[in-house]
This record gives sequence, C-alpha cells and structure tokens, in this order.
Amino acid sequence: MITQIVVTSAAVEIAERRGAYPGAGVYAGRPHAIVQRAFIALRTSNMLAFLTGFVEPVLFLLAFGYGLGGLVGGVDAQGQDLSYAAFIAPALLASSAMNGAIFDATYNVYFKMHYGRIYQGMLSTSLGPLDVALGEIGWAMLRGATYAVGFMSVTAVFGLVPTWWALLTIPAAVLIAFAFSAIGMACTSYMTSFQQLNWLNFWLLPMFLFSGTFFPISSYPGWLQPVIEITPLAQAIEMVRSIWFGQFDLGLAVNVLYFVAFSVVGAGLTTRRLTALFLR
Amino acid sequence: MIRASGLTKRYDDFTAVDGIDFEVARGESFGILGPNGAGKSTTMRMIAATLLRTSGDLTILGKDPSKEGPAIRAHLGVVPQQDNNDAELTVRENLYVYGRYFGLPRSYLNPRIDELLAFAQLEDKRDTKIDALSGGMKRRLTIARGLVNDPEILMLDEPTTGLDPQARHILWDRLFRLKEDGATLVVTTHHMDEAEQLCDRLVVMDRGRIVAEGTPASLIREYASKEVVEVRFGSDRNAEIAPLIADIGQRTEVLPDRILIYTETGEESLQAIVARGFAPVTSLVRRSSLEDVFLRLTGRTLEDE
Repeated sequence: MITQIVVTSAAVEIAERRGAYPGAGVYAGRPHAIVQRAFIALRTSNMLAFLTGFVEPVLFLLAFGYGLGGLVGGVDAQGQDLSYAAFIAPALLASSAMNGAIFDATYNVYFKMHYGRIYQGMLSTSLGPLDVALGEIGWAMLRGATYAVGFMSVTAVFGLVPTWWALLTIPAAVLIAFAFSAIGMACTSYMTSFQQLNWLNFWLLPMFLFSGTFFPISSYPGWLQPVIEITPLAQAIEMVRSIWFGQFDLGLAVNVLYFVAFSVVGAGLTTRRLTALFLR
Repeated sequence: MIRASGLTKRYDDFTAVDGIDFEVARGESFGILGPNGAGKSTTMRMIAATLLRTSGDLTILGKDPSKEGPAIRAHLGVVPQQDNNDAELTVRENLYVYGRYFGLPRSYLNPRIDELLAFAQLEDKRDTKIDALSGGMKRRLTIARGLVNDPEILMLDEPTTGLDPQARHILWDRLFRLKEDGATLVVTTHHMDEAEQLCDRLVVMDRGRIVAEGTPASLIREYASKEVVEVRFGSDRNAEIAPLIADIGQRTEVLPDRILIYTETGEESLQAIVARGFAPVTSLVRRSSLEDVFLRLTGRTLEDE
C-alpha cells in the first residue's frame, strides 16, 4: 500500500467545509465573489458605460415631463390631479431599474458567455452554477437599483417626490431589478446568436412606451387593459407608482408576488442552463 | 490521484472517448498524446469535473466528479486549450479575482499573487489589461491563474499550441520548474517534442481509445527503431521507389512527401540507398521520436486531420 500524503490547501479546506451542506454540488455559498469581480471590472473597464445609465431617465424626464408636459397639462391619476412630470416620474424610476438590470443581464452576459469565456473560467473553480447565476443577477440588480436611487435623487431636487413613502420605492426597485435581470439572464443563456439579442429590443422599447409610462393604462380600450397589465413593466410601474403616492392595497401584494416568481424562475433556469452549458 | 476505468463520453451519435483506462500517481507528469479530435480535451474536461462522463468509473483524489464537482475543482488548476483570462481586468486583478472564486481571502492572495507574477515573469505587466499582452504572456498568466489555489493537480490542455518557438521554450522552462517542485501535471499535446520534454509517462490516444502507453523512451523502443532516414524523391516518384528500397531498413513508411526508413544505423542505410542508384532530392538521418510511434500505431501523422 502506498501511504497517501495528506496535503490540504486553503482552497480545498474552504470547499470541504462547504461540502457538508446539501446542494454543495451547485452552490458554494460565494455569489459575492462574482459581484466583487463585477465591481473590479467596473473600476477598471466599464465606468463610462455605467455612468451613462444615470443620464437616460433624466433626459426623458426633461423632454417629456417638462417639454411635452407643458402641452399636456395635468393628468388625473392615482385619484389626484398630477402634473405630467409628477405622473411619469415614478414610471421612469421603475423603467430605469429595469433598463439598468437588463443591460447587464443580457448584452454583457451574452458576451461573457460566448466571447469572453468568463463563465467557463468561473466554473473551473470550486464555484457552482448557482453562485454564478446569483452573482451575475445580483450585480445586474445592483446596477438597476443604483440607477433607481440616482433617479430618485434627481426627482427630489425637482420637487416631484410627494411623500416619505416614496423611499419605499427603493426596495421595490431592487426587487424589480432582480426579477428583470433573472429573467433576462435566463433568456440570454438560451440564445445562440447575436441576432437573437435584437429580439430583446423588439420587446423592450414597446414595453417602455406602452406600459402606463407616459399615459394611464385606463386610456386603452377595455379588452386590452388586462393584457397590458400583466406585462412585466406595467406591473413594475403600477407597483412603484402606488408606493410613490403612499397607496397600499392588495394589488401591491400581487405585484410583489409576481416579481418574486419571476426571480425564482429566472435564477432557476439560469442555473440549469449554466450547468448544461459548462458542467455537462 | 486520478483513476479511470472504462471511461466513456458519448454524444448523440458520436463517441468522443471510448472506454479508456489509466492512472496518474502523485508527483507524476502524465501526458495524453494524440491528434486533434482524438478525445484528449474531452478526457481533460471529465477529469476537471466540468464534463459528465457517460459511463465507466472515474475518481479524482478518491472523489467522484459527478457528485462532488466543486470539491474536486478546489484541488485542481486548469489551463484550458484556449486562454480565457478576463479581458475586463488587469493581469493582477485576474489572479486576485480567480483566487476569490475559490473563496481565498485577500491576506492569502496578496503574497501568493506576487509569487505567481514572479513565476510567470509578468511583474512589470501587473497593471496591464489582457488585450495588451502577447500570446506567450497570456498563456503564462493562464498558468499562473491555474496555480492560485495551490492545486495538487495542474491540468494543461495543449499548453504551447499556437506559440512561437521562443515563447514555447520559456513556457516549457516554467513547467519544468513546477515538475521539479513535485507538482502533478496532466498534459495533452499533439506536439511530440512537448510530450518528450514534459512527460514522465504518456498514453497515445486515437479516435477515443488509448492505443499505447509507456515512457517516451520505452514507446520509441517498442514501436520505432533507433534511427530514421527520411528521403524525398519528389512527390511523383516516392511511391514508385519505396518498394525498391524497402528491404534496406526494418520497416518503411511512405508519406505523400517523403519515405521514412526505420533502421538501427541511419547513415549506413542512406548510403545503401544511394549505392543502388537512387539519389534523393533531400535526405535526413535522425533519431526516432514519438511522431514515429504515432505513425506506426495509427498510420497517420499527428498533424493530420
């Protein structure tokens, strides 16, 4: 018999400690390592692209809220007579959370998956696929939520924040961003060509325009309203708008459940797909 | 450390690895030699716990990769065939972030990274982004990255393919140092000189099967003669002349561009060919190599597709 020399490196010790937990094959408890990578990459390479994300919703607020808003006058919504800028501000906040999250979870994920071979590298280490999924989705969530916070500060400066309740739209934006990045990453992980990413724009732009962002959903004919209402951005805008104006009801709980479901399904599918692509 | 028996990977209608058996011991440098498509990379990925096997047994340090993937990967350093360094990060950040994937703390990583940068001769490139590195530097970074977790087994898939000769020699020197320090290496290659340089023991793979196993020297002894005479008569005449000189050596191989004559005494055999009145356009007497072993075993050269 050959005596086995026991050599234990720090990395092995860390992995073995985790090995005792159920699910150790898919989750090593380290999504934060992925988020940390994204932070470092942001500092080294992606700062400019990141900063431009703050500007976009502000431009919409200026052009539509104040430019077009001057022609529109007031809007009767949420049981109040609102200025047009005040009406679209919470919707733009919800959209900025979505856009920030979706960009990272789609274009950037596609690039890392197919050109950068980044996930292949990550999954050659003791990380599991759920770490990678949660880390990447978590980072996209942070990005979306950061834009939402940034935009909220701008609206506060413009005097558009009606009550302190509006602060609760931040956790709502975090949930929205997580759900969109989870679904976005799940969809992206099934894409096999760059052209398919263009389908995303095909959906995103109309969603942005027609989800009750710039005019209330009540302006649609009756049969169309429920169809619009179940789309994700309409849900997000409805949720943020009612919190923004301090109106809490059962509808809000439905909104929250809707996004929790999206988050779980998205993270689950992403994990499955990462496993199929890199660990099969 | 690694034990495979009947290891098989089958895709829908294609068997990439077809029931292979091998073992790798601690401190050994084990090579898998074969042409492209022989199943080398597939074997590597199964060992690296990033590809599930279809059937057969495989244990790495006593663990089953289909059950304990992350735990096995903590023991391994992986250098894939194509570099996959993180282009959004600098050289130093690549090493740091990779170490973080293993859960290693900053206090462990900082001194480790300095060592690795010195080992990879990349100290003055530490704050450079990946795109600005040469091919050889990227490769050395990938190897340094594979060492960040102090792995017990370093897996190198075609470590020097695509590099210029100078960069190759630098890399071989680095890998040789690791070997001297007692690292266990698993290397795939289709360059026989690389296999001769780096491997204590190797298997020759062809079409998903192991066709021979041994040390580079024993394989050459067993499957080739001591020396080889290569003669070229021009592509039209090679096949025509080959039978007329076949009795000179122990064995003759006719390739499209040249004839190989396996013999114990190369110079004498060459003289014998010339004495028969066949004057080759070019001729070369050399020692047999693993290339000849491969040719003998499969009837093809390693560079053939």
